[in-house]
Amino acid sequence: MMLQAASNPLMKVENLVVEYSVGGKTIHAVSDVSLEIARGETLGLVGESGCGKSTLGRAVLQLRQAVSGKVLFDGHDLTSLKGEALRKMRRRVQLIFQDPIASLNPRRRIGDIVAEPLVIAGVKDPEERWRRVSEVLSAVGLDPALVSGRLPHEFSGGQCQRICIARSLVLNPEFVICDEPVSALDVSIRAQILNLLEEMKARYGLTLLFIAHDLAVVKAVSDRVAVMYLGRLCEVGPSEQLFARPAHPYTALLIEAIPVPDPDVRPTTSVPVGEPPSPIAPPSGCRFRTRCPRADARCASEVPELRVVAPGQFAACHHPLI
Amino acid sequence: MSGALLSVENAVVDLPTPRGNLRAVDHVDLTVGAGKTLGIVGESGCGKTMLSRAVLQLLPKKAKLSGRVMFDGQDLTTLPAEKLRKLRGRSLAVVFQDPMTSLNPVLTIGTQLIETIQEHLELDLAQARQRSIELLTAVGIPAPEQRLTQYPHQLSGGMRQRVAIAVALSCEPKLLIADEPTTALDVTIQAQILDLLAREQQRRHMAMIIITHDLGVVAGRTDEVAVMYAGRVVERAPTPALFKQMRMPYTEALLAALPKLDVPPHTPLPAISGRPPDPTRPLKGCSFSPRCRYSAGRCSTEKPRLSPAETLEHLYACFHPIAAGGRA
Ligand SMILES: Nc1ncnc2c1ncn2[C@@H]1O[C@H](COP(=O)(O)OP(=O)(O)OP(=O)(O)O)[C@@H](O)[C@H]1O
Ligand SMILES: Nc1ncnc2c1ncn2[C@@H]1O[C@H](COP(=O)(O)OP(=O)(O)O)[C@@H](O)[C@H]1O
Ligand code: SF4
Ligand code: SF4
Ligand SMILES: [Mg+2]
Ligand SMILES: [Mg+2]
Repeated sequence: MMLQAASNPLMKVENLVVEYSVGGKTIHAVSDVSLEIARGETLGLVGESGCGKSTLGRAVLQLRQAVSGKVLFDGHDLTSLKGEALRKMRRRVQLIFQDPIASLNPRRRIGDIVAEPLVIAGVKDPEERWRRVSEVLSAVGLDPALVSGRLPHEFSGGQCQRICIARSLVLNPEFVICDEPVSALDVSIRAQILNLLEEMKARYGLTLLFIAHDLAVVKAVSDRVAVMYLGRLCEVGPSEQLFARPAHPYTALLIEAIPVPDPDVRPTTSVPVGEPPSPIAPPSGCRFRTRCPRADARCASEVPELRVVAPGQFAACHHPLI
Repeated sequence: MSGALLSVENAVVDLPTPRGNLRAVDHVDLTVGAGKTLGIVGESGCGKTMLSRAVLQLLPKKAKLSGRVMFDGQDLTTLPAEKLRKLRGRSLAVVFQDPMTSLNPVLTIGTQLIETIQEHLELDLAQARQRSIELLTAVGIPAPEQRLTQYPHQLSGGMRQRVAIAVALSCEPKLLIADEPTTALDVTIQAQILDLLAREQQRRHMAMIIITHDLGVVAGRTDEVAVMYAGRVVERAPTPALFKQMRMPYTEALLAALPKLDVPPHTPLPAISGRPPDPTRPLKGCSFSPRCRYSAGRCSTEKPRLSPAETLEHLYACFHPIAAGGRA
């Protein structure tokens, strides 16, 4: 299935399935997801907590083994690479985590934390390492001389996220997965970090997979957006188009739920009460049907496939809004 | 201010720390009328939680509070502990950011609800149980009878927050304080929880304080907004007036920093540079001056006082306020 006309995608995910098994039960965390990300593009990935965003990110990085499907990075299938070949390829792909403070080792100094990927990659020359570390620390707006010797607890959440971003850039990656990099941050610091990510992207020519649950945040930085629900993709399309004319009822719901800072806009009350069903026993047919105002019998019996609804825009829905 | 259900007068909260005294709340005055909703907005660390804990008389032991907290005709700062305990949970309730702070992990949902109800209201077990079921239904929990036997960890974050709200509402409080009730939740769940709070607030004619760092959260859901920065209230106004005309540069900057849906992707966000000042090293002048793009003259040497603008209801603390109609 072609999801993007990109002639030369840097990252291509094909029919990826990832499951966890807990107490003899199977959690269908990612079910048959296909995606393409063009070189230099930012693809936003949104969806509610537990819908499988982080699992997808981890499976792309081979931190979690997929049940089936392919992950093609620059033409190489990462799922079939092993040992040194996989390590080499993985160096070109980095991850930034949701909780900046928890993802930094509290007992190590900032300089060592940021240098760690270099050590693992076998860069032996300490001077060369320091050169790289100070380059990326300066790039994220921190003074290398001032911060290198300090410990994580001496920094705020926003500064810890800067350190995490520096660490992810130290190996000069081409592709960075940002897993909710600003969800734990305040409005004002969030804006600083989003701007920083955009700057870093331009400066280092990065391709990004940007994961978040807040559509407004995703829209600010993404060329295209993919919407996920309970392990499946609902909709993919160019950011502005998707916002202006969502095709999938779930995308529309996410847009409606964004709090608008305008007292004349009465907050919506049409958000259906309820939360996603359990990924252990996802609903038959369309997984969104238990919360969807448009659901009918067909939605319960037939899994909707992603189909073109507008140029570059795809939705998996039997009764799309457009 | 007669008629106010809650009035905080000249509240100061000092916390001793190894780095010296930390003034978490700095001369705050606030009022909330019966049945009204007040939003308190500000960045992390600006004192929102300490202020709400001062109202609840739940400050850390080492904290020192001065000023008065008048609630329903009594000064809470002088009320004996036993009376306070009765008041909290009865007419003064709270919902925290992390629902696990309000809930007891080793007790079932049912036990927590029933115990709270029986502690404050004269109902027998069957009546208290019935009321618990009604409350869980009211907060949108499906199959409430079964939930009574479940423990908090068996519920999702959104469900737990609903239960925490049910516990808070169980004794028909006159004032509910919700401290970042949705910050830890998804946007869709956030919308549901905020709708739920608004509905219950109206139905019960209860006063409410919503604390958040997101101006979007308070815009459509409050009567009045107080913006806090570095322990102080720096702007306060009826919600429509505030959004129509922000006077304090910090409020304007907070609003500008929100990602907007009508702006194309990759537009740089007008972030507020830097961070709030170290609260153990208070600045001489306006606390916002190092980050303020309008800072000039006495901003760095003198503290602006919170004073009325064109109307008595709209207060701000700034030497060079944004001119009326000055915002594009
Ligand atoms: N290590 C694990 N073992 C078992 N189940 C897991 C594990 N990690 C995740 N899951 C489950 O897989 C599903 C997808 O989880 P995932 O963390 O990918 O979601 P997410 O979209 O990233 O959510 P969030 O927004 O909360 O970060 C969830 O039901 C989750 O509970
Ligand atoms: N238990 C505590 N001991 C010492 N300082 C504290 C404590 N709790 C909060 N503070 C400090 O008080 C100030 C205000 O904190 P808080 O009221 O929690 O802010 P907010 O809720 O606005 O994020 C901050 O500087 C914070 O670090
Ligand atoms: S397929 Fe049916 S249930 Fe699913 S989103 Fe479309 S209309 Fe709703
Ligand atoms: S008093 Fe001065 S520094 Fe403070 S907000 Fe107003 S203009 Fe800015
Ligand atoms: Mg996640
Ligand atoms: Mg707080």
